[in-house]
Amino acid sequence: MKFNNRFIRNLLTGSIAAMLSTTVIAADIEPAVVFDMGGKFDKSFNQGVYDGVERFKGETGLAYREFEVTNEAQREQALRRMAQRGANPVLGIGFAQAPALEKVAKEFPDTNFAIIDMVVDLPNVRSIVFKEHEGSFLVGAMAAMASESGKVGFIGGMDIPLIRRFACGYEQGAKYVNENAEVVQNMTGTTPAAWNDPGRGGELTKSQFERGVDVVYAAAGGTGVGVYQAAKDAGKLAIGVDSNQNYLQPGTMLTSMLKRVDIAAYNVFMDAKNDAFTPGIQVLGLAEEGVGWSLDEHNESLVSDDMKSKVEEISNMIKAGDIQVHDYMSDNDCKVAG
Amino acid sequence: MDSLLNAQTVLSTLDATLRVSTPLILCAMAGLFSERSGIIDISLEGKMLSAAFAAGTLAAITGSAWIALAGAIVTSILLSLLHGFACITNRGDQVVSGLAINVLASGLTIVLGIAWFSQGGQTPALASDARFMPFELPLIESIAQIPFAGPFMQSVISGHNLLVYVALFAVPITWWVVYKTRFGLQLRAVGENPLAVDTAGISVSRLRYKAVMTAGILCGIAGTYLAIAQNAAFAREMTAGQGYIALAAMIFGKWRPVPALLACLMFGFLDAVSIRLQGVALPGIGEVPVQIIQALPYVLTVVLLAGFIGKAVAPKAIGVPFVKER
Repeated sequence: MKFNNRFIRNLLTGSIAAMLSTTVIAADIEPAVVFDMGGKFDKSFNQGVYDGVERFKGETGLAYREFEVTNEAQREQALRRMAQRGANPVLGIGFAQAPALEKVAKEFPDTNFAIIDMVVDLPNVRSIVFKEHEGSFLVGAMAAMASESGKVGFIGGMDIPLIRRFACGYEQGAKYVNENAEVVQNMTGTTPAAWNDPGRGGELTKSQFERGVDVVYAAAGGTGVGVYQAAKDAGKLAIGVDSNQNYLQPGTMLTSMLKRVDIAAYNVFMDAKNDAFTPGIQVLGLAEEGVGWSLDEHNESLVSDDMKSKVEEISNMIKAGDIQVHDYMSDNDCKVAG
Repeated sequence: MDSLLNAQTVLSTLDATLRVSTPLILCAMAGLFSERSGIIDISLEGKMLSAAFAAGTLAAITGSAWIALAGAIVTSILLSLLHGFACITNRGDQVVSGLAINVLASGLTIVLGIAWFSQGGQTPALASDARFMPFELPLIESIAQIPFAGPFMQSVISGHNLLVYVALFAVPITWWVVYKTRFGLQLRAVGENPLAVDTAGISVSRLRYKAVMTAGILCGIAGTYLAIAQNAAFAREMTAGQGYIALAAMIFGKWRPVPALLACLMFGFLDAVSIRLQGVALPGIGEVPVQIIQALPYVLTVVLLAGFIGKAVAPKAIGVPFVKER
């Protein structure tokens, strides 16, 4: 009886070990992504991530788990649920997920996590942040070149340091091209609802147009849709953000400030698949092609050759370090030279 | 700063005031009908949100703003009937029922929106011909030649979409219905003393149902305005508490149409001003932080309510289910 028992137990453990090893040999990672408020089709930040993970799925045939949070309380729950179900790596999107991700990453030290737009300093977390100020500098320069009134506008979403970083880079870029450029700045609000308030975005845009602005840059998530609509209605120019948003209002979108969250998300999953996942902080700027500006069939008529070459020149100078773009988040202050 | 007080800025602020006040005015009139009949209606928010979703959805599918408007009104009326069924027929708690409708609308619009359009709860962006677009009033070019009043007419009154004018006309019509018609008299009576109305041989339930359905129509128009006139798509939670603000404005106006209109315009004006004051250096004060500007409408509301308006007297029978004596 005793022998029998042990035999069975050995048999069982053996077969379980065998089963486990086969799953390991199949080596298929089970990646997961938790989108933030706004949803994966926000035509902006989250959608960029969606494009990246979809590309991963298309190339590798590996499915991924996903969740779209619809209120603040779900973030931690969603991340923990993913980790519990054995997903690895777990990718969190957006600065707001940082506290939740930090907590969950500590609970699951053997699971790899990644977060975009915020730094979580843990041994199993990869933090990816972007130099939005560099990309914003470029579109700021373009705005100032395209503007006839010398006044350009900025509309932020929620008033947080990250968005001020966009604003600060934009202002520096505009003033680099035109010393006398005036930059009118507005924030939509101080709560997360500010990411999804196209009505208010439109009103802010109209008020900026009344103040003489003729190019407006929105870094405001879903609120931006209202900004672009208002620009189209008024026949003025708008600049998109994060994803390439030129197609939203062809003809009045000057360009979009690209933040290649798609590449960042794709790399997280791909590195995990290739067993090359590394924790730590990745800072993606112009030199790393993490940020940039978009040119496609929807805006090519708006971007003159002069403008194009000037932007390329500025871009190269930033890459070479000849232009130092001040980062608002380094000292929570925006000093604009010139 | 130099341009802060010039005529153009003042006119454009007033212009924006009308745009922002429109949903408030419609909802305040809706609340007025409902509450004058004795039914508390905190579900203005939910009805407006559902109507906005219906309008955004129908405009995206059919491409017709008018079908969208009709669908939005029907949706809103259905919710009104639900509210009526809960608190008129079944004598439920009116606040609880209203709150339930708000929660239902908030969740359902997002779920349906994600299920149908997969755009994170938004409806697809609309082309211009599926929306109510701004238009200039006829003869406005010649009216604009009149000194003072002309530019005011041209920049403030003209150049809105149809629903803005509907909202403005809703106020005198509401006044006329409530004060000058038989229905209005019965409505006011049923909110003050339903027993007397019942004794006179008039059905309290039927009157109250009529009142909440009227409220539904007005909320439907307000929602349509948000989704396909002011904006070009439904976005989740796009009402952003405006239903509650309208309710407050209506109480502020002591359940009377014209004072309620003024209260709505005041809220709209403060909102428009707060948008324009952002990032502008005020003479002698300097640049005021965004947060203070944005809190301004609410602070002023509290101050005005506490200090200047005086006692607001609600219809006597409000919130009390009517039990017919046997």
